[in-house]
Amino acid sequence: MSMNRREFLKIAGISTILGLGGVSAVHGLRNRVEASQISPAPKALKAKRWAMVVDMSKFKKEEDYQRCIDACHQVHNVPNITDNPKHEIKWLWKETYEHAFPGTEDEYLSEEIKHLPFLVLCNHCDNPSCVRVCPTKATFKRKSDGIVMMDMHRCIGCRFCMAACPYGARSFNYKDPIPFINEAKKNLEFPTRTKGVVEKCTLCYERLATGLQPACVEASKGALIFGDIEDPNSGVRKVLGARYSFRRRPELGTRPSVYYII
Amino acid sequence: MYNGGKIIIGVIIFVGLVTFPFLYSGGKTTAKPDPKVDTPEILKLAENERKCVEPKAYMKGEHMKMLNEWRDWVVRDGNTIYTATNGKQYTMSLQNTCMKCHSNKKKFCDECHNYTAVKPYCWDCHIEPKEKES
Repeated sequence: MSMNRREFLKIAGISTILGLGGVSAVHGLRNRVEASQISPAPKALKAKRWAMVVDMSKFKKEEDYQRCIDACHQVHNVPNITDNPKHEIKWLWKETYEHAFPGTEDEYLSEEIKHLPFLVLCNHCDNPSCVRVCPTKATFKRKSDGIVMMDMHRCIGCRFCMAACPYGARSFNYKDPIPFINEAKKNLEFPTRTKGVVEKCTLCYERLATGLQPACVEASKGALIFGDIEDPNSGVRKVLGARYSFRRRPELGTRPSVYYII
Repeated sequence: MYNGGKIIIGVIIFVGLVTFPFLYSGGKTTAKPDPKVDTPEILKLAENERKCVEPKAYMKGEHMKMLNEWRDWVVRDGNTIYTATNGKQYTMSLQNTCMKCHSNKKKFCDECHNYTAVKPYCWDCHIEPKEKES
């Protein structure tokens, strides 16, 4: 069979168009089938990017901090390991000013600020360094709402993320955490962790999915403000628009989503 | 035959080792696993509602793949509702959906897993339901 160049080009062109069209049609169909199978809960809170504002003026007594910390740690079965500070597991904790905001401590800083413990947690950065270094994608930024999440099934415990995080927001399970969880206060609706994985605050993704605010926000009595930073009418944006705020180590370019106001 | 004695002794030892497990168990077979689905939570449901998320045969063969997919959908994509092939909707959660009905981990999960000698690591982290002795 002989074929001139013109015929060859015609056939090649038509088969390319058919091939591409066929692939995209199959793709479209498949996506529709999968999409009909799973969906977010109708009650779930949704945002483009979640953010939190910590209003330090409302943290006056020891009890104000502890209420938030206890709420978080109880709801997520965070073990209470006290015998070795290196083994401690922290999702939400208190930090001194010089540790929370290194490089900004002035010589003549007011005594009040200098000794004020700041409430710190994972910053859920817009440009998270922990995600960049994770070799297994066990930690990742969720496309839907910007939460920096952990998939414990994938974590191999290499601790690159701990080295990369400039906020010390990650804790490693050096030993089996289960014996250190208060049996009476255990939350049976949430899993625990195992030896050899890294854990941190997940911004209560499991509560957001059921339409609840994060546990610490709920317990804070208004000291923690939570909302969508990309929605100009959200609570966080209103506070940030009205008052001077600052973030932890902005010079590193991680763009944290946790803001502080004094 | 060179070294005949040694070879014959070797063959006898080999045959002995290979047949030992069969001789030791006396030709008995291990009881077939019989996972129980008679938990109080399931018995409470009306007869026609006693159905799993998907048909029994599918669940038997594919539950491990399904759990993997559920985990990715929930953790990575933030989708928590699963619409089954019969149109019913379920929250995708091992601890809060599967084990709420199948509250008998020992007679349901372990029964087959032990028989087939698979050791899934689910319960390293996920809290197993409190077993009620019946």
